Amino acid sequence: MPNKFPLWKNLLIFLVVSFGFVYAAPNLFPPDPAIQLSGQSGAMVIDEVVLQKVQGALDEAGIEYFAGEADGESALIRLRDIDRQLRAKEIIQAEMGGNYIVALNLAPTTPDWLRDLGGQPMKLGLDLSGGVHFLLEVDLDAALATRLEGDLQDIKGALREERIRYRTFELKGQQIIGQFREVEQVEKAITLIRTNYRDLQPQFAQGQNPLSMVLKLSDIASSDIEDNAIKQNLTSLRNRVNELGVSEPLVSRQGKNRIVVELPGVQDTAEAKRIIGKTANLEFRLESLDKSGEKFEFRNPSGQGPDARLRNKAVISGENVTDARASFDENGRPQVNITLDAKGGWQMGYATRDNIGRRLGVLFIEYKTRLDKSVDENGELVITPVPFVEKNIISLATIQAQLGKQFRITGLDGQRESSELALLLRAGALAAPMYIVEERTIGPSLGADNIQLGVKSVTLGMLMVLLFMLVVYKGFGIFANIALAMNLVLLVAFMSLLGATLTLPGIAGIVLTVGMAVDANVLIFSRIREELRDGASVQGAISSGYDRAFVSILDANITTLIVALILFLIGSGPVQGFAVTLSIGILTSMFTSIVMTRGFVNLIIGGRKIEKLWI
Amino acid sequence: MSQLKVYNFMGIRKYAVVFSVVMLLVSSLSLYTQGLVLGLDFSGGTQIEVGYEQPADVGELREKLEAAGFDSPVVVHFGAETDVLIRMQGEPDQSLSDRVYTALRADGDKVELRRVDFVGPKIGEELRDDGGLGMLTALAIVMLYVAIRFQFKFSVGAVLALAHDVIITLGVFSLARLEFDLTVLAAVLAVVGYSLNDTIVVSDRIRENFRKIRKATPVEVINESLSQTLWRTINTSVTTLLVLLALFFIGGELIHNFAIALMIGVGIGTYSSIYVAATVMLAMNIDREDLLESVKGELVDDLP
Repeated sequence: MPNKFPLWKNLLIFLVVSFGFVYAAPNLFPPDPAIQLSGQSGAMVIDEVVLQKVQGALDEAGIEYFAGEADGESALIRLRDIDRQLRAKEIIQAEMGGNYIVALNLAPTTPDWLRDLGGQPMKLGLDLSGGVHFLLEVDLDAALATRLEGDLQDIKGALREERIRYRTFELKGQQIIGQFREVEQVEKAITLIRTNYRDLQPQFAQGQNPLSMVLKLSDIASSDIEDNAIKQNLTSLRNRVNELGVSEPLVSRQGKNRIVVELPGVQDTAEAKRIIGKTANLEFRLESLDKSGEKFEFRNPSGQGPDARLRNKAVISGENVTDARASFDENGRPQVNITLDAKGGWQMGYATRDNIGRRLGVLFIEYKTRLDKSVDENGELVITPVPFVEKNIISLATIQAQLGKQFRITGLDGQRESSELALLLRAGALAAPMYIVEERTIGPSLGADNIQLGVKSVTLGMLMVLLFMLVVYKGFGIFANIALAMNLVLLVAFMSLLGATLTLPGIAGIVLTVGMAVDANVLIFSRIREELRDGASVQGAISSGYDRAFVSILDANITTLIVALILFLIGSGPVQGFAVTLSIGILTSMFTSIVMTRGFVNLIIGGRKIEKLWI
Repeated sequence: MSQLKVYNFMGIRKYAVVFSVVMLLVSSLSLYTQGLVLGLDFSGGTQIEVGYEQPADVGELREKLEAAGFDSPVVVHFGAETDVLIRMQGEPDQSLSDRVYTALRADGDKVELRRVDFVGPKIGEELRDDGGLGMLTALAIVMLYVAIRFQFKFSVGAVLALAHDVIITLGVFSLARLEFDLTVLAAVLAVVGYSLNDTIVVSDRIRENFRKIRKATPVEVINESLSQTLWRTINTSVTTLLVLLALFFIGGELIHNFAIALMIGVGIGTYSSIYVAATVMLAMNIDREDLLESVKGELVDDLP
């Protein structure tokens, strides 16, 4: 008998439908605004005692909350709305102090049995949840230059120690160039560099002055340095982001030299930008006694004179800092207490031991971008970002005794600066400066508006299509409509299960899928009508209608899928969201509009004697 | 049931050619002379959307910002009277948005920061290049697929129809001075997908009929195929347009141009799948012989 599905096909449809409902279900439970409390270090215990203290503070401030839980590592307090959530954050922060991280959070309300099955709601993109997106570019040339500068100083010292005399030794671009008086000295120097500085390769060019030496970093060494710079920047950024108190932040590498940072739900974007974008570092340098060093200005001219000369080589830099805390000195002025790692402590001790009575400068280095306007040959205004480095001395103090692993820095601008500097040092220095090349901030209210608009347009679009199909294809329109509704459920289920992110263009993709998903049914039904017109029997028309339309549907969908794939590959965030929903929608719609409607048709009409189809 | 009415679509194909050529010329001319109004995604720069509780006076805000030392800011309403979009010309800067927001709040006005977009000049350029590249890759891969699945003449027809749709959609954006940003680019690529969908369904039917109907001229076969698929083409376009209307009217300001691009594309795509692809095939003298070759290969991979 034609138009009967074997049992396994009906079961398959039933299974897919139940799967769809189960995994789409978590989206029906909207998350609660919540506050998450955790400790600065993993050793801190966040238990009921801490929770009660927090709840006490909230009670006192008259802020309603309806649930609190603590699991030893963190505590979660659920609140009724976003306004209360914001005020609660301030109050808890004030109550608990700086040793705790207080983060805004959206706590899932998915029932346990759904969670046990792996069900979770769709992730919302920043344009729906609100938050900040940064794209940072890491200046890899600067990382290489820093390394070369360090090598240059080391080599100069080594040459002096070995009594190899040179005229000049300096950094030009990405090369170290040395000038000598005697060929013999050049050879000695090259031997020394070959044994001790394997990353540097002496370059020999035709017609090169035999008294000069050109050194370049080997390709392997440069790519290692670049790779490490990115990795260290990623780590530092993650630490900084954690200090900001954001739930579910994203910090990841993009392409060769870029890093994406996404902070959902962040309200104070200015603060986020300051902490993320600030690429400050510290260097401790001895004051130079002759005219060999570089001259720097003081950050706050404080009677110590407008500028001072510091030696080119740093004793230690921010990378050696293991801990930094802001506090106040005896006179109530802000200071930062610094703890160094073993290597840094040793270097600091070594450098200060022989230099008691000499002055040690703390150099504050900030990487910034300036935008320069110029007019190109076509007369158009061109704006080029010009990265520049600002180096200022924040303190210059006489070394009283040999310094060790712990000491303090004074001479800061205020309490905010001391706490920011402490944070930056604690979170880790950046191995290379970074510049913000793209920023997208979406306020929380705009995000909520976008969700509402999206839901509305999906609903309206869907209703219109349902009505249209019912009018045009009558009885079969009902089959198509059930399939369409099921397609939406499956689409949501797959997106939730795959952890795909829903964005505003993604919602547009869903709406478009709704419009286009019925295409397959339109094709099939038109074909059935044609077959009937050509005089086929009812059952025969259904059977050949489905079979013949299948090839067209497959071709059409595969080509659309190709386009969606290209969109995904070339697009950035929002466009990718569109591509993802479009692709998943195409796949689910093929199942619902071909297999599922056929199942319904077979179940209701298949194998029966029917004279006329209501199509 | 009544016999299918066969419309003589190809009879008026000369007019269609004139129409398409004129549209293409106007679009290309506009694209060449005045180009597209590139949105922030592609041009780079800074824009800030703020929300007021009361309807805001954009003139006053402009003066206020100029007084605060900002260089010729563009201040316009965005979607609603209470929403204002501020675009800073030529001076992209990572901290600009903060300074603008601070300036707006200086008088104690209640302003809500709704959105900030800052795109560095280099990123804009890259997105532009990637977009163009993506479009060309899409067309090339699609041409290859259609050439393999159908036949070379079909693929030329399909790709010309796609290029036709894309150029005219872009042309309308250029002529109407509508802003072209990333979401519109996504829409244009979706138009490629949609238009292709249509063209392939029609081509599929043309191929089938060339094999089935033995005694007919190519023009007759194509007319028959187009008439058979006419209702399907119209119904699918209508359902798609319905949802696009929903997006256009209530999807919000950010989706507005996306919906416009798709509506233009779907409209033009429906026309092009009837006229452009088929006309190109006829111009290349398509006939039964072309398809009989591929029948052999077809039997192997296309069993129902």
